[in-house]
Amino acid sequence: MIFPFLMPYEALAVNILIFGLFAMGFNLLFGYMGLLSFGHAAFLGIGGYLTGISIVHYSLPWGLAILIGVIGAAIGGLLMGFLATRTRGIYFSMVTLALGQIVYFIFYKAESLTGGENGLRGVRVDNFEIFGIPVDLLNPLAKYYVILFFVVLAIWLISRILNSPLGAVMEAIRENEKRAAACGYDVARTKLLVFILSAAICGLAGSLRALHLSIVPIDSLNYLQSGQAVMMSILGGMGTFFGPFVGAAVMLFLEDIVTGYTKHWMAVVGIVFMFFVLFFPKGIWGSILSKLHISQDSSQ
Amino acid sequence: MTGLSFELFCMQLLTGISLGSIYALLALGLCLIFGMLNVVNFAHGAFFMVGAFLGVYFLGITGNFWLSLLITPLLTGCIGLVTERFLVRPLYGRGIDYPLLLTFGLSYVLIEAMRVTFGIEGLPSITPEGLGGAMNVGFGYFPKYRIFLIGATALILFVVWFFIQKTKYGLIIKAGAADQEIVKVLGIDIAKVWLFVFALGCAIAGLSGILASPTRSVNPEMGIPILAESFVVTVVGGMGSPVGAVVAGLLVGIVYSMTSLFFPDFAELSIFALMAVVLIIRPQGLFGKAGAMG
Repeated sequence: MIFPFLMPYEALAVNILIFGLFAMGFNLLFGYMGLLSFGHAAFLGIGGYLTGISIVHYSLPWGLAILIGVIGAAIGGLLMGFLATRTRGIYFSMVTLALGQIVYFIFYKAESLTGGENGLRGVRVDNFEIFGIPVDLLNPLAKYYVILFFVVLAIWLISRILNSPLGAVMEAIRENEKRAAACGYDVARTKLLVFILSAAICGLAGSLRALHLSIVPIDSLNYLQSGQAVMMSILGGMGTFFGPFVGAAVMLFLEDIVTGYTKHWMAVVGIVFMFFVLFFPKGIWGSILSKLHISQDSSQ
Repeated sequence: MTGLSFELFCMQLLTGISLGSIYALLALGLCLIFGMLNVVNFAHGAFFMVGAFLGVYFLGITGNFWLSLLITPLLTGCIGLVTERFLVRPLYGRGIDYPLLLTFGLSYVLIEAMRVTFGIEGLPSITPEGLGGAMNVGFGYFPKYRIFLIGATALILFVVWFFIQKTKYGLIIKAGAADQEIVKVLGIDIAKVWLFVFALGCAIAGLSGILASPTRSVNPEMGIPILAESFVVTVVGGMGSPVGAVVAGLLVGIVYSMTSLFFPDFAELSIFALMAVVLIIRPQGLFGKAGAMG
């Protein structure tokens, strides 16, 4: 709750919330199921664009717009997951990357709805009331708490999923797919289901980002954006619950500092990332947990 | 389809083949590295981009296209050597995702390195002297350079084929891909073979970069879409199949140029639609072995 006061400015705190959620949604698939997707920007983008389009072109209330964004991302996840889960291993990463490019081109080409290269502008939500209390979204702190509410809700949902029998099946599939299948679990359906859940969560992150930025940049759908989720998960610690969130916070905080000194942020993040892959594959949060001998994996 | 002449169709087919040549080369490089090391090089697009930059740069200072055609793949091959030896090698045996993640990080560094060296705008592409203009190909005038591109690709493919199938070193590479333990037992340093194959794949990526540079704009981000496209080719052709890489490369090139003739708005999407169809009908790809991946 005091988080926004610790950051240099509120926008960074909001960004960390949004990308933390994005990375956690991605990690549901990568960390807990072992499926490395390079196309998750698609869901960030679909969520953002559908929410934005609902508000800009159809003047729908913002709550409904978020719902449309999340459902749209879930449907996108169904389609993409249907194709991608037919493959596994490295193949899966390549296919999701390519499928992510399709989504990019679709939104890029639909210029009349999405603004094409310039992005969708003017996603404005000013004032609304919750139980009679007026909330002004133009006030950064108010915006932070509204977004915090959704992020906490989604994180609670993720923890429910992971603690459910489904969560156990997910980890079983990650550890040994054939054995999970032999135990009678429907591997293909579980993969698809988790893909859809992961897409919906990333879609929510996209919807919130549209409200936060008031625009939806076309870069949301870029392949490098998908890579960002991967980097955040590795940096924080894949397969740990809060790892991706920590990764997002560290990465965005670092970016904020580094870009003050140099334009070449990509080189810095690339080197830091390679360093982690080589020497700290557990990530920051994962390393802390294993130092403290806390295992988050009930299966291990 | 009134107004569509047979000549136009043939021209577009030829354009597709020249575009597909680049795809075939890229997919072949990916395929060599994957077949040998079980690594997907996510920096492949970045190596392509570096190749294009270096090619244009050397062409600018030496004025000799043939010389830069020689230097560029050597340099990208050297970057490949360093990458394998110091970055990828520590990751063998640590899970299939790690080399992929590492090369992804490397692509960031390569993109930024080119931005620092040559500026964010990129370089103006130069068509080499003597290869500019168009020539009569029977059904119309076609850019000379694209004809050269098709010929050069055919030559490179032949050289690679000859090297792998007909030489002693090729035999070692094939044996190493089939069973590395046996090759080790026979007293061959498999690590050197891996090093060489990784560098060869990167050299081919660099070579396709310089070959493609006159036909597209040279900028630090040019490798990003090409990476996705070469993955499409790999998925369509089947992972680890060199024949699949070449056939699918040409197929994807032709599909792209034909769609841009009939439905220009859907040109970029068409190749991904092709991939989706292949995934549904034949998840292992046209030339892939069943069960290996799908």
